[in-house]
Amino acid sequence: METSRYLLSILVDNEPGVLSRIAGLFSGRGFNIDSLSVATTDDPDVSRITMATTCDAQVIEQIKKQLNKLINVITVNDLTEKKYVERQLALVKVHAKPEKRAEILRIVDIFRCRVVDVGHSHYTIEISGDNGKHEAFLSLLKPVGIIEIASTGAIALARETGK
Amino acid sequence: MKLTGAQILVKMIKAQGVDTIFGYPGGATIDIHDEVVRHDDLRHILVRHEQGAVHAADGYARAHKTTGVALVTSGPGATNTVTGIASAHADSIPMVVFCGQVPTGLIGNDAFQEVDIVGITRPCTKHNYLVKDPDKLATTIQEAFYIARSGRPGPVLVDLPKDILQAQIDFQIPEETRLRSYKPNYTPNKKQIAKVVQMVKDAKRPVIFAGGGVIASRASEEVTRLAQMARIPVTTSLMGMGAFPGTDPLWLGMLGMHGTFRANMSIGHCDLIIAVGVRFDDRVTGNISKFAPHAKIIQIDIDPTSIHKNIPVQCPIVGDCKTTLEHILALMEKQHSAELTVERDQWLDQIDQWKQTTPLKYDQKADVIKPQFVVEKLWEITKGQAIITTEVGQNQMWAAQYYHFDRPNHFITSGGLGVMGFGLPAAIGAKAACPDKLVVDVAGDGSIQMNIQELMTAVENCLDVKIVILNNRFLGMVRQWQEFFYNRAYACTNIENAPDFVKLAEAYGAAGFRCTDPACVEDTLRKGLDTPGTVIMDFVVEREESVYPMVPAGGAITEMLLV
Repeated sequence: METSRYLLSILVDNEPGVLSRIAGLFSGRGFNIDSLSVATTDDPDVSRITMATTCDAQVIEQIKKQLNKLINVITVNDLTEKKYVERQLALVKVHAKPEKRAEILRIVDIFRCRVVDVGHSHYTIEISGDNGKHEAFLSLLKPVGIIEIASTGAIALARETGK
Repeated sequence: MKLTGAQILVKMIKAQGVDTIFGYPGGATIDIHDEVVRHDDLRHILVRHEQGAVHAADGYARAHKTTGVALVTSGPGATNTVTGIASAHADSIPMVVFCGQVPTGLIGNDAFQEVDIVGITRPCTKHNYLVKDPDKLATTIQEAFYIARSGRPGPVLVDLPKDILQAQIDFQIPEETRLRSYKPNYTPNKKQIAKVVQMVKDAKRPVIFAGGGVIASRASEEVTRLAQMARIPVTTSLMGMGAFPGTDPLWLGMLGMHGTFRANMSIGHCDLIIAVGVRFDDRVTGNISKFAPHAKIIQIDIDPTSIHKNIPVQCPIVGDCKTTLEHILALMEKQHSAELTVERDQWLDQIDQWKQTTPLKYDQKADVIKPQFVVEKLWEITKGQAIITTEVGQNQMWAAQYYHFDRPNHFITSGGLGVMGFGLPAAIGAKAACPDKLVVDVAGDGSIQMNIQELMTAVENCLDVKIVILNNRFLGMVRQWQEFFYNRAYACTNIENAPDFVKLAEAYGAAGFRCTDPACVEDTLRKGLDTPGTVIMDFVVEREESVYPMVPAGGAITEMLLV
């Protein structure tokens, strides 16, 4: 079957061990996690996990059912079934030799990123956007010379009023 | 009211209607055991190994249709429960396991007899808890029982640090458990019910396939009514044995790798499967792509993950088996019954033909005892009334094939995980639950040795279990695979060097009988069953007997090796 990328937004009890239950479910059943992002919500008893995974339609159905089966999982929302906004934050440290600085700043400008740290021979750039924007940005910076990257997983919310 | 944590634990266990627990003490549980023995209305059965405690709780839960409870200490006490918990998880048995733990201040310090049992059992429990706040002890215990027995049942583990057990706690009876993230759905979708009835009407060659879910939801009466009303033949998984009377003409026998010829052929040729409380395990389906090629499938299960997992289903229904079948039956009763059973004769004739040409069979000659003969005689002598537990392997399959179960909760076996050493402690648990019932463990000479120490538990507590050993001096099921698929190279399966089981029984204070002559099988069984107390009957059987039919791994279930 054909695989595609799914983005799940999971509300869970904010308790010790919950992330381990979810991670264990994925490793134990051979499901794949592309990225994972966790933080508490406005309700301190509830955390939101945003998870990206790549699989086929039958597997995503099992993933959703198995997640729902965990006692600490409150809701599982498959954002890929609806419209949603997605963001991912990354810090990208690049070589910034004098002759390359203008080019880097131009790319930063085009992608509406920010330079958050400058050294004699490097820039650190903050980028926020969806997966596609990150990929495009990094492919342009690659020839300049990326030193290292720190990136969050995707976070996302549905484009609708309710939860 | 101030109570210690241990007092609260015992109070809460009793409040759940539990009258018997199976345990083994250690440093971390002294407080609990000290409290338990002060309560005449809570019986603590001291096992001889923690694995035995969990299997006994499992057997108790199944025979008594209630929640089993095991109580063990921290560290090795806790790790020894893992096999039993995993077995209960695979078979969806309601159970709560309480483990002692080192004091909260020592957790994470690699303290003596400390182990992260919550971490270890996370994938093999329905849910588990570490109680760190004394004020949450009572609610956690109540939640544990609620989760264990509701929805699709399963084992729940509660880890109890010693300081929590010793703490003085303000005790209040907890409110009824309500969890926002856990609400099992018992009621089926109405539209799907109508669809089921239509599909049954349209079917010419339907089969009901019942599993452990039918036993768990106590729906065997409904399954039987459905089968008889619409004249639909019934097969079950190993876990579903007893869900439909084994002596009914519509009974097909067990399905799967060692299923009957007619059950497997029926699935291969049917046009509708009504699957109730089953999960289409690989031992049932054989090669999935060749499973039931002509059939539409209705699947009823309380656990959505069981549906669509291995097999595509045309009519999925999430709901309690009993409730769902009640809805189906109610709708069917309104319809004209002739419409439901029209054109069934040809199908039932075909099945009867399969039964006549290729029945389960063995050839009992005068010289050596056939294991199947022992089980069949056991069934005759006990009139099918005994609770049968089994070990795992050939003994388990022969028990399933030749003891014709007429009612649920009488066949207790480690179906999903396949735990050797399950049968004896499970029999002890079943006997504790049903003291008036005859409880027989059908065992092999290999697996009986895996938890043989529990003989002492049976004898000490006067939990009289009868053990029938089908003794072939082999690890028989593996030997059988070696015979069929490994050129008879019997690597590591010859266990001729065995204890004298008669003397072993006597050493534990039980009685022992040996039988080597086919002519004496019946006498030995009668003598063993009539002898008071725990008894081992050691039947020296044909060494290289195999379980037939057999579907080789990866084959279609209609492609069977026959005798």
